[in-house]
Amino acid sequence: MSRLKKGLEGKNSLWRMIFAGAHKALPIVFGYIPIGFAYGVLAQKAGISTFNTVLMSVTVFAGSSQLIAVELFALGLSTSSILLTTFIVNLRHMLMSAALSPYLHDWKKGELAAFAYELTDETFALHATRMSAGKVGKIETFTINLTAQAAWILGTAFGILIGGQIAEIEPFALDYALPAMFMALLIMQVNGRKDVIVAVLSGILSVGLLLLGFDQWHVIIATVVAATIGVGMEQWTNN
Amino acid sequence: MDQQLIFLTILGMGLVTFLPRLLPLLTLTGLSLPKWLIAWLRYVPPAVLAAMLLPSILLQDGQISLGFDNLFFWAALPTLGVAIWAKSLFPPVIIGMLIVIIGRWLQ
Repeated sequence: MSRLKKGLEGKNSLWRMIFAGAHKALPIVFGYIPIGFAYGVLAQKAGISTFNTVLMSVTVFAGSSQLIAVELFALGLSTSSILLTTFIVNLRHMLMSAALSPYLHDWKKGELAAFAYELTDETFALHATRMSAGKVGKIETFTINLTAQAAWILGTAFGILIGGQIAEIEPFALDYALPAMFMALLIMQVNGRKDVIVAVLSGILSVGLLLLGFDQWHVIIATVVAATIGVGMEQWTNN
Repeated sequence: MDQQLIFLTILGMGLVTFLPRLLPLLTLTGLSLPKWLIAWLRYVPPAVLAAMLLPSILLQDGQISLGFDNLFFWAALPTLGVAIWAKSLFPPVIIGMLIVIIGRWLQ
């Protein structure tokens, strides 16, 4: 009897963790379906086959670089320049991957690889906030990632199937879901004056670099400079 | 377009996207990192989030725009306010989206 009860509770908490993960991923779902949709429509228009369009959402799973790649395919650019562009656009994920490493020290290599495969700007933002608060449960973590990619692939499929028929998604403000989520997570991330200074500095630097034309490197440069200044401030105030 | 070449290019894109996501996690996890690096890595999330966010709310067509037609900027103020007040994910997202819906409806 007690074993049965335990089993039921175990099952219950498994579903609870899955539900918690899916629930946390909802803003990402709001944001990914319309962007995935746009990607699906544009890829079809560019003449990429349905199979290849879906394949990119499965193997690459990175919004901005997929949209850029569609443009480059349409322009007929060489494979090497498409690969190089994709690499540069997604290089910022190195910083995110590094930033999460202190929280995942007891994970197996295969688990790290599966987790890294679905590390996007948005899943990172969510994980950085929950993991720094001590929440590193694998089931919730993987549910968030799988929900996010499922939404991305679903959006892609919608774009392929009904692209062209729905032109306007703006009235629903779905394009504001991800910026709003970033704001919420940024506020939850910021603890203390130094974090505020680093965030403001990084944001201003990023905008400045973008205006100067560094449109692939602005996030990486701004982050590296601002985080370094943050550490510098710590050294300075400690000594 | 040559779909087979696109197929192979997409596989290559998957690889060059996966490696930057994977290698830092794989190499740094489990190492005992120096104090300054841990401190540095702790600044990465707020810095990277701000670096991605600010251009999306300040810029319109590559220019800084603080006019009322830049709805994202004006919606950001109450969204941030709600985020500070609620300290959770959903209230700012839902209220922010509602403000943008109403703003577009008024425009």
